[in-house]
Amino acid sequence: MSDAIIPITVLIIVLTGAIKKHNVFAEFLDGATQGLHIIVKIVPSLVLMVVLVTMFKSSGALNVLTYSLRTPCKIFNIPPEIIPLAIMHPLSGGGSLALYKELLLNYGPDSFIGQVASVMQGSAETTFYTIVIYYGATKVRNTRHTLVSSLSADLTSMIVSIITVRLLLV
Amino acid sequence: MSFIMLFIIIFSVVTAFFSGNISLLSTGIMQGAADGVQLIISICGNIILWSGLLNIADKCGITDFLAKIISPIICRFFFPKLKKDGDAIKNICMNISVNLLGLGNAATPLGLAAMENIEKEKGISETACDEMILFVVMNTASMQLIPTTAAFLRMQNGSKAPMEILPCVIISSIVSLSVGIIMAKTISKLTGKKARC
Repeated sequence: MSDAIIPITVLIIVLTGAIKKHNVFAEFLDGATQGLHIIVKIVPSLVLMVVLVTMFKSSGALNVLTYSLRTPCKIFNIPPEIIPLAIMHPLSGGGSLALYKELLLNYGPDSFIGQVASVMQGSAETTFYTIVIYYGATKVRNTRHTLVSSLSADLTSMIVSIITVRLLLV
Repeated sequence: MSFIMLFIIIFSVVTAFFSGNISLLSTGIMQGAADGVQLIISICGNIILWSGLLNIADKCGITDFLAKIISPIICRFFFPKLKKDGDAIKNICMNISVNLLGLGNAATPLGLAAMENIEKEKGISETACDEMILFVVMNTASMQLIPTTAAFLRMQNGSKAPMEILPCVIISSIVSLSVGIIMAKTISKLTGKKARC
């Protein structure tokens, strides 16, 4: 079912255009050219973001942060194995996907850790990436409380993932 | 964002010095720049494709039709200050419907167009306005309710019930999205008089 959504959407769009006697080819090219302009706008901020995330990972800063969060995690009964994923998830889509696959492989998808990781992976987007490219399309440089609000949503997603898995699964 | 940038750079360089990872960090910086371009190239095709298709949808009235159905709800509850039949609100409606369908690839160009149109409507400024913040926060939280990627990976790794996480994902998505929206709205209100919009 979900496999059919993309082809059907494409079909509906082009068919509606054709029935209304629009020049679908010319309109597609017009829109695609605008898309290209948007890409040019977001390139600088995107490159900067990826550099920052790579620095964070390769310097060992991620490990330091994970290690220092071990004790608070124990107090709240959060499995420390999922902390790297929780930190990486808002930062990088590719990075968190790799960590998620690793957790599934090491602990199994039906373990508590595997389930919590799955719910977290399914219930949040890559915050930094979204903020960077969305504001990259505008002239805005001061994003005010965007980051605070988004990160509180991410933190909530982590906490609720653990609670719901404890209550509904396991 | 300057603060985050400074924080990550200082934290990384200092950690690398103390843990002896400085050569790793050095290659990491170069590699990151190259990976950034790779990432752009990988999303480029999708943005161009969907921008083209969505332009057809826009010109032949699909956008107006969808916007008419859902914009009353979205306008009243989330973006009461945007023009009811403006381009920005149309883009926002399309972005939300496409997100709910799970077409994340199509949501990005729509979201970017929405940001440009909010900027046009509100006037160019260096400071984000309340509508932009709320819209970005809605997009950073997940509006997609069916976790296709996670379920697929679970299946691949031999899960007995790949979809059993579904209720948890739905609850977690809705709760975290609500927290994001409430945070964005509340802080906007508290700082409202100082801000531009």
